[in-house]
Amino acid sequence: MSVLIDKFDVFAGGFWLTLQICVLAAIGALILGAVMAVLRISPVPPLRAVGTAYVTVFRNMPLTVVMFFAAFGLPALGSNADFLRIPVLDSLFTRLGTDLPYFRFALLALVLYTAAFVCEALRSGVNAVPPGQAEAARSLGLTFGQNLRHVVLPQSWKASVVPLGSVIIAMIKNSALIGFFGVVGDLSQTADQLTSAEGYAFIPVAVGISIGYLIMTVPLGALLDRLEKRQAVAR
Amino acid sequence: MATGEPLIVLDRVNKWFGPLHVLHDVSLSVDKGEVVVVIGPSGSGKSTLCRAINRLEPINDGTIVFDGQPLPAEGKALAKLRSEVGMVFQSFNLFAHKTILENVALGPIKVRKEKPAAARERGLALLDRVGIANQADKYPAQLSGGQQQRAAIARALAMQPKAMLFDEPTSALDPEMVGEVLDVMTSLASEGMTMVVVTHEMGFARHAANRVIFMADGQLVEDAPPTEFFANPRSERARDFLSKILTH
Repeated sequence: MSVLIDKFDVFAGGFWLTLQICVLAAIGALILGAVMAVLRISPVPPLRAVGTAYVTVFRNMPLTVVMFFAAFGLPALGSNADFLRIPVLDSLFTRLGTDLPYFRFALLALVLYTAAFVCEALRSGVNAVPPGQAEAARSLGLTFGQNLRHVVLPQSWKASVVPLGSVIIAMIKNSALIGFFGVVGDLSQTADQLTSAEGYAFIPVAVGISIGYLIMTVPLGALLDRLEKRQAVAR
Repeated sequence: MATGEPLIVLDRVNKWFGPLHVLHDVSLSVDKGEVVVVIGPSGSGKSTLCRAINRLEPINDGTIVFDGQPLPAEGKALAKLRSEVGMVFQSFNLFAHKTILENVALGPIKVRKEKPAAARERGLALLDRVGIANQADKYPAQLSGGQQQRAAIARALAMQPKAMLFDEPTSALDPEMVGEVLDVMTSLASEGMTMVVVTHEMGFARHAANRVIFMADGQLVEDAPPTEFFANPRSERARDFLSKILTH
């Protein structure tokens, strides 16, 4: 098991890169998923159709295929996903700004794929709010946006938190795929590096990698449990 | 109280839920200041009629005019119209995550853009009027059913509506709490509020209503002053209904 100590810096580096892409992907997926959820519950039929189409496409396609499209389809279309070189963010997360586009491609794929599940988690929360709440808000003259913001969404978090947590945890584990699409040095790709290139035994390396993922996922699960308890609304 | 000026006018309104014809050529006019009580067996379309007036239930055919203006389609204009029509539900529907005072002040602040301090002050006065000013900072789940319904009435009144719709406001209450809600409604009626009340409370219909509407199978069967309706129902259907509810 000495590899865990000898190569601690390699594990730590892999952990740090995986954490970076997960934080960015989680933010992106939450924003895009929230937008899609609002579209899906909108009173305007064409907007609902857009939301539904998005979820149908990205929820039903394997992540690997989405990654393929991002990593090979975008360059074929002449894009290096440079729109993700967001000022300030790219100085915090340096991989966003590098000339090699694979981190951006992988991030895009993770965001697009995860947003479909975020959308459905948020929508299930909205559906859990009794319809009378929205009716009362409408009958006071609140607009659709005001209704969501002041009445429905604040009450939907409680029912959304648990499924949303599962979605983000799944996303962290899904990020293990990015090493196969050109991203060098994430937690999973570290295993490949240490075992095949440097000849370390597989099991100790795999244990180290697992610990890395657990450090991200277990506290997240605990945090969500606490949030859920705090959000409880008496009826 | 009735002024002879129509405020709510329904003209040959039809509504289907799939194959079920819930409103069948319903025509009705409610004057400013009038109190109309709608009674009838369950499934007769009373609640649908009440909910159609502020378009919580869109109708399939016919017209509904409120204060001279046909009901607009979903959007800003409809939101504005709804803000002028107070609605009280059977299940109260107080916002569960807000205190009673926040419930009452939300509409004035967000829809009417009133200053929060002024809206809260007016809200407190309304809560005082319905007798629950001391509950202002509690959450809906901490109140009894009767208190919740009185809060819901205060919430609707906070919008200074031109008319109030009551959809079976006492049907979900314990018997001992029915009176406190009816008292508030009776005082509203005596102050000249235009009211459409769907209810099974025959006592309220007798003493507070200007007119009683009897509905059955989606049709408006009778429309008469309460004394006349209760003493001399013209239709067989109404006689049958009254004999069933008044014998116990």
